[in-house]
Amino acid sequence: MIPSAFEYHRASSLSNALALLAEHGEKAKVLAGGHSLLPMLKLRLASPPHLIDVGGVAELRAIARTRDGLVIGALASHADVAASSEVRASHRGLAEAAAAIGDMQVRNRGTIGGSLAHADPAADYPAAVLAFNAEIVARGPKGTRAIKAADFFQGLFTSALRANELITEVRFPETDGAGSAYEKFEQPASGFAVVGVCAQVRLDSSKTVRAVRLAATGVSDRPVRLTAMENLLGGKPWSDQALEAAARQADADLKKVREDLYAKEDYRRHLLRVVARRAAARAVA
Amino acid sequence: MSPVTVPKFIGARIKRKEDPRLITGRATYTDDIVLPRMAYVKIVRSTEAHAKLQTVNVAAAKLRPGVIAVITGEDVKDRIAPLPVAHKIADLKVPPHYALARGEVHHVGEAIVAVIAETAAQATDAAEHVVVDYAPLPVVTDVEKAAGGAPFVHADLGTNVAFAFPLKAGDPDAQLARAPVRLKQRIMNQRLIPVAIEPRCVVADYDAGYQKLTLTSTTQIPHLLRLLLGAVLSLPEHKIRVVAPEVGGGFGSKLNFYPEEVLLAHLSQRLGRPLKWTETRTEGFLSTIHGRDQLADVEIGADQDGRLLALKVRLWQDLGAYHQLLTPVIPTLTVLMLPGCYTVKDIEVHLEGVFTNKTPTDAYRGAGRPEATFIIERAMDLIADATGKDPAEVRRINFPPANAFPFVTATGLAYDSGNYQGSLDKLIANAGYAALRKEQVAKRAKGELMGIGLTTYVEVCGLGPSAAMPAGGWEACELEVRRSGKIVVKTGSSPHGQGEETTFAQIAADGFGLTPDDVEVVHGDTDAVAEGIGTFGSRNQAVGGAALARCVETVRTKARRIAAHLLEASVDDIVFADGKLFPKGVPAKAKTFMDIVNVAYLADQLPQEIEPGLSAVHFFEPTNFTFPFGAHLAVVDVDQETGKVTLRRYVAVDDCGKIINPMIVEGQLHGGIAQGVAQALFEEAIYDANGQLVTGELMDYAVPKATFLPSWELDHTVTASPVNVLGAKGVGEAGTIASASAIMNAVVDALKPFGVKHMDMPAKSERVWRAMQGGAR
Repeated sequence: MIPSAFEYHRASSLSNALALLAEHGEKAKVLAGGHSLLPMLKLRLASPPHLIDVGGVAELRAIARTRDGLVIGALASHADVAASSEVRASHRGLAEAAAAIGDMQVRNRGTIGGSLAHADPAADYPAAVLAFNAEIVARGPKGTRAIKAADFFQGLFTSALRANELITEVRFPETDGAGSAYEKFEQPASGFAVVGVCAQVRLDSSKTVRAVRLAATGVSDRPVRLTAMENLLGGKPWSDQALEAAARQADADLKKVREDLYAKEDYRRHLLRVVARRAAARAVA
Repeated sequence: MSPVTVPKFIGARIKRKEDPRLITGRATYTDDIVLPRMAYVKIVRSTEAHAKLQTVNVAAAKLRPGVIAVITGEDVKDRIAPLPVAHKIADLKVPPHYALARGEVHHVGEAIVAVIAETAAQATDAAEHVVVDYAPLPVVTDVEKAAGGAPFVHADLGTNVAFAFPLKAGDPDAQLARAPVRLKQRIMNQRLIPVAIEPRCVVADYDAGYQKLTLTSTTQIPHLLRLLLGAVLSLPEHKIRVVAPEVGGGFGSKLNFYPEEVLLAHLSQRLGRPLKWTETRTEGFLSTIHGRDQLADVEIGADQDGRLLALKVRLWQDLGAYHQLLTPVIPTLTVLMLPGCYTVKDIEVHLEGVFTNKTPTDAYRGAGRPEATFIIERAMDLIADATGKDPAEVRRINFPPANAFPFVTATGLAYDSGNYQGSLDKLIANAGYAALRKEQVAKRAKGELMGIGLTTYVEVCGLGPSAAMPAGGWEACELEVRRSGKIVVKTGSSPHGQGEETTFAQIAADGFGLTPDDVEVVHGDTDAVAEGIGTFGSRNQAVGGAALARCVETVRTKARRIAAHLLEASVDDIVFADGKLFPKGVPAKAKTFMDIVNVAYLADQLPQEIEPGLSAVHFFEPTNFTFPFGAHLAVVDVDQETGKVTLRRYVAVDDCGKIINPMIVEGQLHGGIAQGVAQALFEEAIYDANGQLVTGELMDYAVPKATFLPSWELDHTVTASPVNVLGAKGVGEAGTIASASAIMNAVVDALKPFGVKHMDMPAKSERVWRAMQGGAR
């Protein structure tokens, strides 16, 4: 478990990190919490000649409410997000997703920016950023751009992030009183999601669904919206029966579903229907 | 042992002496050792399950920075003999098992090349430049197919069946013919990976001046390793020292003789450098032995009361590609333990050991007995289901009575002592069995799935009488009283988590009226401890502890002789209690143990016939195995929607004979039960048809986490073993042997509304969910 040799650079600030990234670009990997990258280095699945450690860039760690909504710094740890009263108050599903990641040690070290940049198809955060319609803010030599969650994930471990860009923060729009929840059926060995669903549901005073967003992880090469189920729920009166019926269509949009040691396609589709129903039910509870 | 005194420390719940150094990071494991001029070894392993090695090109690797040597199987062919297998099986087929492959590889992970470099990183880098050209050969991974014929793992053998081991008692066919209840079931004990927290590691240091090899290894058997190294390398045994420093778990996986041990020993001598090799986790998954992997076809005959009349079992043990040290021996324990704790007289077993293109199997916690327990305990529940009887009653009706011990089984073992009703009664009471059954009825009415599973087990340990062991079954101990009155115990049992620095100190302390802190227990170094067998088969207390008890008694007797001389009394009249020696009835004249120690070493008051000094050496040879037993109960809840099984309660009553330290016994049970839970619900080594290990890392191979487990509810009964003076039976494996079947019986019980009669392990969510699809409900 010894990585190939690499040159280690410790960024002193955001601008220093970007300068290092501009210099080494394609030959570099950004090291944040290290909980995805280091295992890959040790298994020699990745052998970048340069590592740029951004762990010391304190300015990227804040969680704050701004006019852009709830803004979470890229270096906020999973534990920070899970424990944040700000997050819990408005985006419970996000806090629950953070709390569901790995184990305590992983949550203390891993970061939201690192997790999103890694784009693991079974990671928990991607479902949450998609369900909350978040924007991933990236900074590079050409400036700053905000990438919609729906555009960010492009496939297995592949995102819209360019090699010379760094995620600086993630912006979660305010939820206008919508309830949310993250429900996960965990793979017992890795702790990753066999299926994870983040649900955001807003009911009006007559218990009619005014807004609903459902996103799943673990089922495809990237997080996916459960649009068929959303359409069945949207604008309709909320009831257990309606939810039950809508959840039966949770997988209807998915042509193909991942298979692995822990779930063949039919079982994973079934789990998706169950987990989506449970997530949505808890979102309004 | 003569009446010592009231035991003060034996039976006491005292904290482990070894723990402070372990939990504060001050312990030395093999990988912590750094020697001057040390170089590092990286092994290049086969990526193919079965292939001819066309070429092994090491030229590029030799040119990499820091490389000292790159060694192939051809380079060592006249220097290292094939690895040994210890067994007493007639006509065993033994294919040559080389430390580095020659010409052909037979499983993924087989060692092909050793790269030696100045640093571990350089060795790892250079290893990537070794080019092996494989010509693939047909692969066989299915044990039943392999038993049936070609393709052969070892073409020269002309068969994959390494041995057959048949056993028959009574007339099972006649019993089956007249049995009103006849059942058949195929039962699989899946392949498991041991996953000790500490991976394997070897440090070899050949001193050319002394012509002496020091090999430090993560081993459970330093003395056997010394013997085998000498044999395989043609080195004189008295010029070999083997050290097992702190060993971080073994579970049988370090009860072995591995290619890397002999390879590093040889290469250190050859290169004139100390060498270290440390396994990576992924590497360990492929090259350290696996456990279980046994298929059984079971035929059961019973009467309407649930009495087991006949048992016929065909067993196929997947050996993997080679015999490791005890590979073929393990499933023979399954055969012998198949009757479990029941009186069945008519039994037939036919075991075949079969080669496949997989990592070799060998001893893994329980080693053959969890397999037997799983078969017989599933059989009990199948009988209960078929007869409509309560599983507890079916077990009860098949027990031998408590006064039937020693009880001779259908397979010829003599169970030393037991009271199976006693442990089951206590379990039923502790668990609130009747209330659980009521709760289950109520839950079922609401459509909820709850299962209750029982196991009543007996296992064989205290291994064992030498007549039944491939390399001696005794254990050796030395006890030295130092001149200051402190005690040093040197034991051949080499622990790797069993806590015998504490329990052995408790035993010795009580012998002399001392405290455990006055006793140092030395182990795991063949230069410090002359002889030994090692730690496996739950034998530490029952054999190693018994050897110590003999030493205590010998030294006590000598102390009494000295006291008799000083007090001018007959030795038979000298009482030795609480550290004082006095003539019977005259405690005022007492000499302290320290007085005696002083006389023994100053020697100026000793008579001619008493030698100076105070020490003893004993080899304890047990007359029989010991047979711990108990009753376990699991309660599971099954999520009908997802198939997820939750282990809600686990209640156990174990009888490991007399207990030296209840806290250590509980610790052994905690880990042991967890490893059975692992087999029942989580772990499974899966190979694909090409012989690739699909569950090759901890991201895929599900070792349960602490949060997956409930708090254990433990209790015990105490039935002393007559086999050793301590009355101890052993407890290291009991939890694992019992728990997998208890949990699976609970899972099957939970799924009863769906008509499920049996399920293979692990009961992972998908498997449970599928069992419910198209079920009876």
